[in-house]
Amino acid sequence: MVMKRILVGMGTCGLSAGAQKVYDRLEELADEGTAEVELSRTGCIGMCYREPLVEVREGESRIIYGDVDAELAEQIYRTHVLGDEEVSDSVVYRQEGPDGEIGGSESSYHILQKRIVLRNCGTIDPESIKEYESAGGYQALRKALEDMTSEEIIDEVKASGLRGRGGAGFPTGLKWSFAAANEADTKYVVCNADEGDPGAFMDRSVLEGDPHSVLEGMIICARAIGADQGYIYCRAEYPLAIRRLNVAIAAAREKGYLGEDILGSGIDFDIRIKQGAGAFVCGEETALFASIEGRRGMPRLRPPFPAEKGLWGKPTNNNNVETYANVPWILTRGADEYAKIGTEKSKGTKVFALAGKVRRGGLAEVPMGTTIRELVFDVGGGIKQGRDFKAVQIGGPSGGCIPEELADIPVDFESIPETGAIMGSGGLVVMDDTTCMVEIARFFLDFTQKESCGKCTFCRIGTLRMLEILERLTKGEGEPEDMEKLSRLGEQIKQSSLCGLGQTAPNPVLTTMRYFEDEYRAHIEEDRCPAGSCLALVDFHIDPEKCVGCTLCAKSCPVEAISGEPKEPHEIDNSVCVRCGKCISSCNFDAIYKS
Amino acid sequence: MATETTNRQEDFTYRLWRYDGQPGELIPLLQSAQDHFGYIPRRAISYIASVTGIPESEVYGVITFYSQFRLRPMGKYVIRACAGTACHVSGASSILDAIQDELGVESGETTEDGLFTLTSVACLGCCSLAPVVMVNDETFGRLTPASVRKVVKEIARRGDKQ
Repeated sequence: MVMKRILVGMGTCGLSAGAQKVYDRLEELADEGTAEVELSRTGCIGMCYREPLVEVREGESRIIYGDVDAELAEQIYRTHVLGDEEVSDSVVYRQEGPDGEIGGSESSYHILQKRIVLRNCGTIDPESIKEYESAGGYQALRKALEDMTSEEIIDEVKASGLRGRGGAGFPTGLKWSFAAANEADTKYVVCNADEGDPGAFMDRSVLEGDPHSVLEGMIICARAIGADQGYIYCRAEYPLAIRRLNVAIAAAREKGYLGEDILGSGIDFDIRIKQGAGAFVCGEETALFASIEGRRGMPRLRPPFPAEKGLWGKPTNNNNVETYANVPWILTRGADEYAKIGTEKSKGTKVFALAGKVRRGGLAEVPMGTTIRELVFDVGGGIKQGRDFKAVQIGGPSGGCIPEELADIPVDFESIPETGAIMGSGGLVVMDDTTCMVEIARFFLDFTQKESCGKCTFCRIGTLRMLEILERLTKGEGEPEDMEKLSRLGEQIKQSSLCGLGQTAPNPVLTTMRYFEDEYRAHIEEDRCPAGSCLALVDFHIDPEKCVGCTLCAKSCPVEAISGEPKEPHEIDNSVCVRCGKCISSCNFDAIYKS
Repeated sequence: MATETTNRQEDFTYRLWRYDGQPGELIPLLQSAQDHFGYIPRRAISYIASVTGIPESEVYGVITFYSQFRLRPMGKYVIRACAGTACHVSGASSILDAIQDELGVESGETTEDGLFTLTSVACLGCCSLAPVVMVNDETFGRLTPASVRKVVKEIARRGDKQ
């Protein structure tokens, strides 16, 4: 009989949903010693919406349970692990061997997916270098050191068609060749893990679930360009990712994959982690270098490009987490294999973080060229509560808005910019008919405005002026010329800012104005919010079914607009109400709603 | 209490003593100072400046650039209310309102009893659990104004007992 393995998904999302309690319970049960079983932890499997997830693996067959609590964990242990019988009601995913049949209630989440970057996430223990090696890890590095010259590695990456996954999509092989061509006593390999876009968690999941794949990609890059020191610049908000990286780096040093004379090749290379300190602009490469150097993270003019003068003024190659994680796969399976996936000019896959009003929020890796509709409906399972799909915000605050009528465009580096948005790093926030597009534009601009480093006048002051206009609009105080002012300012900020932050900050405003002009006009001309979201422009009501008459809302109301007898449902007089929203947050029964 | 403060100070001094003159160590030094004191006190800025040779004004400039660094002590429980995109579209602002009302402080402030500091953060990365609030290292997801009030009350009770 094959020994069963139990894996508990313990990325940040799993842990927040209570995976630790589940793991502790399973550990107690395993300690009873009634069965030969191996319990281990793994990274994010992607189905964040069904966390905590527990997998029971027997040989090649995998069965994953969702929404597991301590009680269900015990049931799974007693019925499935000891008794060989599935707890079928809770199975979310079932796979009989690598090419076997797929089943379970959430199997459709996986059908369109192609896992290259996430190949090991959720299947291996991220803190075990042995498991990474058994999954084929560090084979690509051996190949790069023993069988390939620097040029051959770069040519292979070029031939794969891999492009930077941080958002801009610059061809990775070409970037490497620039850094390789510049002679210097020291060169650096930098990994940008400063994933700052609100709504994006792709890189975090890779770092937490498969840190060695990123290290291996970086070491291969170092070999290709001739670098001797690497840095991973990681957000301080990702403590678990930093811890797992530290564990991985220590293990890689011990095994001789890092340090002096790597695998006897005569090549020296080591990696240090630098923790970010909370500044969105540090995702921009020149600002990131300034921050590693210990200064205020402000960008500078390019050229000179990092390949010539980067970190500490030395030739530097900078890619993001997802880009490096692709590299070992390309070297092992070959550039041709990689180039078969995706579209003509955008090869491979892209990892997306699905969030917002989508039914299945989580991490999904799909071939380039998959349409937005497929991502939202086939992978994401459609909109929560059966509401109408309105738009997606792609690429976070620097991306843009793509409306439902354009949802059939493929996701790749050529098609997305045609809509006015950018590919960005992979955040995909889904919005339904209750999301106000003016308000969402205000939200994103509020973010970039606060994160502007202040170096360029247009970014520092221009975004503030735009934000002021949007704030007025959401309060119903718009003026007829506001839209014209917003587009003029937006274009000027895009043209006059030094770095990507300012150059893309107006995108959410410009794209929502382009596709949802009516909604802007309703705010300006009719003081009306069609989505029923802007507080100042809606009516407040109390649901008599939920209200218990506790009087808290009436007490919290600053203008005495709420009336009713204790223990009887209350009512709101909207002619008196000043729409401060205090009653909503005071209610213990979620009985107050807007319309 | 007194010995604990002394220990932390010794730890921090040790790190400074270990400073190897490498450029780029300023941010890690500030991070370790904040780990030990809970914030960056005035005297830590002077220490760091004297050891590294970086002018105090520049150290201060770096501190104020990054949102992680704090120049004032924090409460025993730090509530980080997520204002990321997914949380925002799921009603994060009414969650923040409820906490502000429950504690009687605005975002960025500390309660008078020193128990809570309330801050609003860009994204905690648990988007599928939106709206989310973190209290120290513990995450609470799928909140409503009513349920977040319960969370705060529960922690306040826990905090009072200790």
